[in-house]
Amino acid sequence: MEKIDASFFPAEREAELDVVGTSVQRADARGHVTGRTQFYEDVSFPGMLHLKMVRSTRHHALISNLDVAPAMQVPGVVRVLTHKDVPNNWYTILKLIGVEPDDEPVLPEDRVLFMGEQICAVLAETPQAALEGARRVVVDYEDLPAVFDVEEAMTSTPFKKQGTNYFVYEGHNCRRIRFGDVDKAFAEADHIIEHRYESSPIEHAPTETSGCIAKPEGNGRVTVYSNTQALYFTLDNMALILGVPFNKLRLVGGTVGGGFGGKVDVMVEPIAALGAMLTNRPVKYAYSRAEEMQVSSPRAAERIYIKDGVMKDGRIVARKVTLYVDAGAYCRHSTYGTTKAAAHMPGPYTIPNVHVDAYCVYTNRTPSSAMRGFGVTIGDFALESQMDQVARFLGMDPMQLRLINAYRDGDMKAHRKKVEGAALVEVIQAAAKQTGHSLPPQFASMSSLKQEAGHGQA
Amino acid sequence: MARLKGRGVAAVNYPTGMNLGGDPSQALVHATTTGSFVITLSSVDLGQGIKTVAAQICAETLGVPYDTVMVDTADTDTGPHCMGTFASRGTHRIGNAVIMAAREAREVLMSIAATELEVDAGDLVTDGKGRIHVNGAPDKGIAVLDVALAAHFKHGKTISGRGIFLKPKSEVVPETGEMDPDSCQAHACTVAEVEVDDETGEVAVVKMTNAYEIGRAVNPALAHQQIVGGAWMGISHALYETTEPYYPDRSHGPLDFSEYLMPGPGDLAEMDSVIIERPASNGPYGAKGIGEMTANSPIPAIANAIFDACGVRVTSTPITPEKILRGLDALRGQTN
Repeated sequence: MEKIDASFFPAEREAELDVVGTSVQRADARGHVTGRTQFYEDVSFPGMLHLKMVRSTRHHALISNLDVAPAMQVPGVVRVLTHKDVPNNWYTILKLIGVEPDDEPVLPEDRVLFMGEQICAVLAETPQAALEGARRVVVDYEDLPAVFDVEEAMTSTPFKKQGTNYFVYEGHNCRRIRFGDVDKAFAEADHIIEHRYESSPIEHAPTETSGCIAKPEGNGRVTVYSNTQALYFTLDNMALILGVPFNKLRLVGGTVGGGFGGKVDVMVEPIAALGAMLTNRPVKYAYSRAEEMQVSSPRAAERIYIKDGVMKDGRIVARKVTLYVDAGAYCRHSTYGTTKAAAHMPGPYTIPNVHVDAYCVYTNRTPSSAMRGFGVTIGDFALESQMDQVARFLGMDPMQLRLINAYRDGDMKAHRKKVEGAALVEVIQAAAKQTGHSLPPQFASMSSLKQEAGHGQA
Repeated sequence: MARLKGRGVAAVNYPTGMNLGGDPSQALVHATTTGSFVITLSSVDLGQGIKTVAAQICAETLGVPYDTVMVDTADTDTGPHCMGTFASRGTHRIGNAVIMAAREAREVLMSIAATELEVDAGDLVTDGKGRIHVNGAPDKGIAVLDVALAAHFKHGKTISGRGIFLKPKSEVVPETGEMDPDSCQAHACTVAEVEVDDETGEVAVVKMTNAYEIGRAVNPALAHQQIVGGAWMGISHALYETTEPYYPDRSHGPLDFSEYLMPGPGDLAEMDSVIIERPASNGPYGAKGIGEMTANSPIPAIANAIFDACGVRVTSTPITPEKILRGLDALRGQTN
């Protein structure tokens, strides 16, 4: 089934290896297909409580009153957790890599910024009792104006207690790339080709929804069985929120029914562990499918404008990218993803003049966060649709247009890192070969290894 | 009424490792007295196969059979730190940490084998089948198990090693965006072939041809499965999926798989994929990350194929039948 074409880069491939490069059967395949693999939900403990969240039904509102007493009347309900129970009520996933400000409470104090935001947690003997308890909690809201469009949000009244509707990158309202002089190059270009691209939020849709079981141990520690994608990252953030030393926590996991970036947000573990610490009982918090789809962070919607200065021969001499990442109500990992999006521009092409403004924008929707191809997937949809539009405009073969502009070893990227290990030319050649698409000799003989005169020059 | 055929191309690159670096992972390797080696990690397998790939890399470096390497993960009380499974970093980061640990263990292994055989360690080779012998003299050798037993019971030595990989964190220059974001870049080109039904606006992806350059395919079958699985995700992203169908309006958000559209088995395309290899200087046996990138080139390749088929350029995803029909109406000079 798998094919390796060793005719490319023959001088760089290592001599034969014994195990690396062979298709041994994956270690966990038999366990998965026979139902014997143990996932976090396959452990269960006597006396385990179930946690269900009360969630905002409003896009943006003040909480004028929160009455949890009716939930406590439900048989089986043991406790309701509110913001007052959370030792350090800031959700801090990027704090460990120095990203400020804290913008998201673990449980909100006086307002909700998106529909589905968690408000308080009901702990009960059974999932049914927890759901019934959550249903009976009374939340009174005073609605506030909500903003849903990224470009509107840039200029509308800030909706958070502090700060702007966009993340501030060292004094700038966006992550910037500045390389060459796009305005000068646009003036000298034969054609200007400008288009807008957009995506909508996308769910990770894992087989296994996000969840964990937190179990208090006799020695004062808490063990958390979790399907997180990152055990220590989860442990560290939990310790900050719970106000306990790192070594009071133990995370166990390692086998996950699909992640795709949806299990790095550390949403379920801190609150489950808090419940376990306050009740001295094991607590399970697992997202329902509806929560996974509408409450867990999706892939961000993006809006991307690309303006290209193009010469008649197919050279792209300038590219200006204005990119909006819809972070939703809170930043989570979006500030990181927006910088990654900026670093990816202008795609795998050597363009001598590049200008990128990448905005991380807050709106009153479910916060977005990491997903497979974070910061890049939607950028590639825009970039490669744009390349096709340029090729069509010029009446040029789309593979040839890409080969003319492809980056190669020694070129300078827009973020000023020199290209090494390039192979864009070769994957295009390989795809041409596979599909029987014949390339003229000057394109068939191109290589990422050597620089040709004039390449990369305006 | 016709089914219009079209073909579209897209080519992409994708960075390996957490953006800007600063994402370490450790591995510990030790020999047991059963003839096996254990790699201890705190790394998570999401289904991508890190447990398999780590064991392959360890077996390669130690020179022992793959099925004598066990992976112990993931428990923070026993496993050393791993930043996590994301950013196409697992094979690269953990693979490098495993090589470093396995090299240290191999050095002890060979030195004890040399003592037992009364030869110079430099003259010894592993046969990859569980024996160590003098180079060119397969009969003058010793089983790896016997070396492990001798180390423990006779010499009082552990056959073990420690490994870590860290690309130190790079900072961004705020004015210009100058930065060192990645360890290496993998590459892909997809050619999508589609049929567009000009009456219903429905798109069938008939075939996807993919060429990937991923440094070195540590396990070609697993790499191939990433390509196929990612291409399915790409079809799904391009044509079906969203949690907000009327974005930026928040209404009609799906709550389950009967409302959240994804392709079914009958919607999946024929696949023809090839891998080419340009080893990365900093990758384990040259490997780059392939985990995330495999949905990326399929999406624009499909969008471009749809334009090729019917002349409608849809610049927002998902590319629904409604958008295509509106585009076809506009081409025909009608407005709805």
